[in-house]
Amino acid sequence: MSSVRSQAELKEFQRQMAGLLFQPLNTAWKTRKKTPGGDDIAAMAASLIKPNDRLSSFERLQIYNRCYWFRVLDSLYDDFPGLLALLGNRKFLKLVTAYLIRHPSESFTLRNLGSRLENFLLAEPEYAGERQQAALDMVRFEWAQIVAFDGPARKPVSAREIQGQHPESLRFGLQPYLTLLALDHAVDHYLLAVKSDETAGLRSAASNTSEKTPIQKSTRRPAAPKKERVYLAVHRYENALFYKRLEPEAFVLLTALKTGLTLESACNKALKLAKPTRKNSAAFQLKLAEWFADWSSLGWLTPYTSDKPKKTKTIL
Amino acid sequence: MPANPFNGFTDYGIGIGLRVPHYRHILAEHPVVDWFEIISENFMVDGGRPLEVLDQILEQYSVVQHGVAMYFGSADRLNREHLKRLKRLVKRTGTPWLSDHLCWGSVDGRYTHDLLPMPYTFAAAKVTAERIRQARDFLEVPICVENVSSYAEYHVSEMTEWEFLSEVVEQADCGILLDVNNIYVSAQNHGFDPYAYLDNIPHGRVGQIHIAGHSKFEKYILDTHDHPVLDPVWEMYAHVIKKTGPTATLLEWDDRIPSFEEVHREALKARRFLPSDNKGKRTS
Repeated sequence: MSSVRSQAELKEFQRQMAGLLFQPLNTAWKTRKKTPGGDDIAAMAASLIKPNDRLSSFERLQIYNRCYWFRVLDSLYDDFPGLLALLGNRKFLKLVTAYLIRHPSESFTLRNLGSRLENFLLAEPEYAGERQQAALDMVRFEWAQIVAFDGPARKPVSAREIQGQHPESLRFGLQPYLTLLALDHAVDHYLLAVKSDETAGLRSAASNTSEKTPIQKSTRRPAAPKKERVYLAVHRYENALFYKRLEPEAFVLLTALKTGLTLESACNKALKLAKPTRKNSAAFQLKLAEWFADWSSLGWLTPYTSDKPKKTKTIL
Repeated sequence: MPANPFNGFTDYGIGIGLRVPHYRHILAEHPVVDWFEIISENFMVDGGRPLEVLDQILEQYSVVQHGVAMYFGSADRLNREHLKRLKRLVKRTGTPWLSDHLCWGSVDGRYTHDLLPMPYTFAAAKVTAERIRQARDFLEVPICVENVSSYAEYHVSEMTEWEFLSEVVEQADCGILLDVNNIYVSAQNHGFDPYAYLDNIPHGRVGQIHIAGHSKFEKYILDTHDHPVLDPVWEMYAHVIKKTGPTATLLEWDDRIPSFEEVHREALKARRFLPSDNKGKRTS
């Protein structure tokens, strides 16, 4: 590129540079010689970047190319320690590299980097090898924790707000930071065995460089998670992260409330699943009361609103 | 010169970056610190622990926002959602000014999460200055732009980095967050005289100064923020303070972070270079 004399040329220049930065590294964590399309990366670098007396254009590009990959990989290693342990480093690295090639970050914050990993894994399950379903369960579980950590909160519903309302018309919302998960593996127990560092959660660096390769991190690898049906609520309480196992009926009830069903309809769904006999009907009623007391004390129930997503706009 | 329009006419002293490993100490011990700099993006969230911690810090300390993802030099349009979130945070913190980098890092809505050097051209300066003006008008707070450390120079550049910085801040009528360590790092990597840089920028626009440590490799220096400040950087800091007068100064330490006391002690070394009547001064 010979000049940057307009906004359009600046954009084209930045496209070319970004195209080089996004090129995946080779297995030695170095910049590759060729693009997947066969273009010579050294020649492309030389057309944009000046060499100096110590470094060629290619070597200068490599500094940025490595920093890019170390940074984004590092972020996913931090956010998905359970998936890393489950797949092992080699498979995890292959998965997240393919994911980042397909889905480069589209957010100003690395917090959102893993937001499309579940869909990617659904579309490309072979990256998880034999543990596809467990890997999917783990991705859902770990993403739910990111949402629970700093997702929005609404004011919990007050007794006064629902006073006098009838179950057939009463609806609740659930806290946006609360995720309900129906999983086929005990990934909650598995992650407890993996995790040791609870200080993660905020990225605080203002430096734009990293010379640490992600594989320098060590992660415990417990035995595979137990295959069992697990219902989880991933949430926060007093701004600390928690996950709580739910009974199947409680999960159905909460899910029904979340989809906008009335209290009566949601309870009926749970009741249908529980199939209480005349003998244990009272016990189920008592259980319902306990659940609602518990969920209220945790602040999960909010006034009902029908949400519509907003579009992001640009200005200029 | 310490209080100027670019730092909201404040006279802040010596601060440090607010970092996660220090939260517990700060909230429990309430150490005396002139001010904290926060990374804006860490707190542009909807809820949870980050905002709880921030509110507790704000009860006792002055906070200045420093961003890493505005990318004033990107050719894309400014992202309204980003700006709206940033403005909510500005209202929360009451930051007297905010800073971000003179760099680019995204194109076509795809983010590198890096602080990439600009092509130093007049057209790029114009685009960048316009985006800074737009951001400032929307955010309604003074903006200082920080010079980044760099490891590459481009064929298309038409001027030096300090000429580009001067061109941008004059056109945008904004301030400078002068990162002395970044100048040292770039000077070593590109072979220019760092004092030529320091002597040829509009000193009246410097609203804040950054100091930090770096790492030396065989053929280049990396801006790693994981060491104490090195002597050549302190010498440059002393030089620039003579030009700008005592200016709000902040130590960045982002990796291999030692104890709060050690980081704060390192930052306070800057006092050696301040006139005696400014060593403990702070007004807002």
